[in-house]
Amino acid sequence: MNIRRFPLTREISLFVLAYLYLPVFVLIAYSFNANRTATVWTHASLDWYVRILNNPSIRAATWNSLVLAISAATAATVIALLAALATRRAFPGRNASETILRLPLILPEIVVAVATLILFVAVGIELGLGAMILAHTVFCIPFAYLPIRARLDGMSGTYEEAAQDLYANRFRTFRRVTMPLLWPGVLAGFTLAFVTSLDDFLTSFFLSGPGTTTLPVYIFSAIRAGITPEINAISTVMLVISILLVSLSFALTRLRR
Amino acid sequence: MAETNTVTIRGVSKAFGRGDAAVRVLHDVSVDIARQEFFTLLGPSGCGKTTLLRLVAGFEIADSGSIRIEGQDVTHAPPFRRPVNTVFQNYALFPHLTVEQNVAFSLEEQRLPRDQIRQRVGEALEMVRMQTYARRRPSDLSGGQQQRVALARALAPRPKLLLLDEPLSALDLKLRKEMQIELKQLQAEAGITFLFVTHDQEEALALSDRVAVMQGGRILQMGPPREIYEAPTHRFVADFIGDINLLDGEATGGGVRVAGGQTLPVQVSRPGPVTLAIRPERARLVAAGTGVMDATLVHSAYLGTATLHKLQLASGGDFLIRQSDPVQAAPEKGSRVGIALPTDALQVLQE
Repeated sequence: MNIRRFPLTREISLFVLAYLYLPVFVLIAYSFNANRTATVWTHASLDWYVRILNNPSIRAATWNSLVLAISAATAATVIALLAALATRRAFPGRNASETILRLPLILPEIVVAVATLILFVAVGIELGLGAMILAHTVFCIPFAYLPIRARLDGMSGTYEEAAQDLYANRFRTFRRVTMPLLWPGVLAGFTLAFVTSLDDFLTSFFLSGPGTTTLPVYIFSAIRAGITPEINAISTVMLVISILLVSLSFALTRLRR
Repeated sequence: MAETNTVTIRGVSKAFGRGDAAVRVLHDVSVDIARQEFFTLLGPSGCGKTTLLRLVAGFEIADSGSIRIEGQDVTHAPPFRRPVNTVFQNYALFPHLTVEQNVAFSLEEQRLPRDQIRQRVGEALEMVRMQTYARRRPSDLSGGQQQRVALARALAPRPKLLLLDEPLSALDLKLRKEMQIELKQLQAEAGITFLFVTHDQEEALALSDRVAVMQGGRILQMGPPREIYEAPTHRFVADFIGDINLLDGEATGGGVRVAGGQTLPVQVSRPGPVTLAIRPERARLVAAGTGVMDATLVHSAYLGTATLHKLQLASGGDFLIRQSDPVQAAPEKGSRVGIALPTDALQVLQE
């Protein structure tokens, strides 16, 4: 049965697409609006972009967000890679280990954020960028783990047997065969983790110290003073960073094939 | 003392799983493979042939017994320390490397000088006539071409022993026949011992110097193709390889009495029920009443080089006769005919 034959398939699809993306397009469009009020269009301008570029607290928040996302995504990807390799073979407690790895996906973030805050305060970890990197790493692990694991599951073990058969020891096999074949999964995992960290508000909000505001936290506090086109511009910048990164990882994956 | 065998397998057993769930896939298997021999493990899937190959390659370690290659004990050695290379069933060419890089892989691992690597890769690709594809990726190649590259990759380090795990099973019939001939030539040229695994009896007979027929983790019979085909010792071997007629009989002092027929002068060591086997091309169609027993002709199929007659015995069983004399006219369908069984073509089988 061809799904295209159903009546209204096209109409429903268009509606769903509009429902998903119209708000984003409106936001992008209004970030180029000259008017002070965020919802009244006058004429096109780049004023708001110039303004956020010249705003030191936005620049600092952007920097913090990038440092945080890169550090957390890198740490999470390394841990996820090791975990994926470790859970490839059967061992007692393997199912439990996998569940624990995926658990941060379903735990309510607010609970984890509050718990982390209490723990950090209790053991005396200073709030700020370091605390945020630690916490972000934890909830980024499953996002990095899933694509790597999927890639590993789809990869036949025969390649590694072939490498060993051709005189590569275990380390050489990993370097010359496993890792290159796993690379697209690792890249996808890193990208997902990066975007997840970049987007995070709750955990950052609880754990940010003085001077370590991230972009989402900045947007939240700015919005309490009213929605300005500045917010639209910052949001657009975040969107562009995310899209650029995803495109880059996609291009790299294609290039290596 | 000079070692004359490339491979010596002694009393090897292997089970997968643990405790009650353990499945024994090999039972006390012993095999000697001579230098430059084309040796084939033949059997249905699950008979243990691939496991035995994997034990020799080092991908699995035997529970008991020993494996020696060129006199060196490799029972517990990892694959990268064995002078053995494998052609995998699905080739397992590295998809991220070019044909050339695939073939160079083992040579680089052996730290050969660069110019020597280049020369050996060239030779290996030339041997399988794939020089012009050196810069391609495996995904750009057809099945037959990938097969050739897999062979070149396995032969490049000049192993003492080449393991081939059903390497032709992914190819279509015509290509498979071509590759069979190439494989045989390659083996003769390279002078390497081949351990070949297949479930295709025709392939096994056509290629091998010796065949081991396996079932249920044991070797039932081992010998040259002609012996396996013409003198099977087990009912399973007889049945697995080619068409065969099996007749139940009773061994007596003077020979074997066939159910519903005469007593045939076949020597059997001890009296009791036995099975007689005869190939369809060795039995003859004769006039009713002049053979060992009579039967009804059910169907005759003209095959070009021969005619295959299907008969029904008085006991209800089928009997096949392959008649290659084209002059002789086939009897009418449904007519009574006789079956002649030359004594020298009869095989007495163990169960």
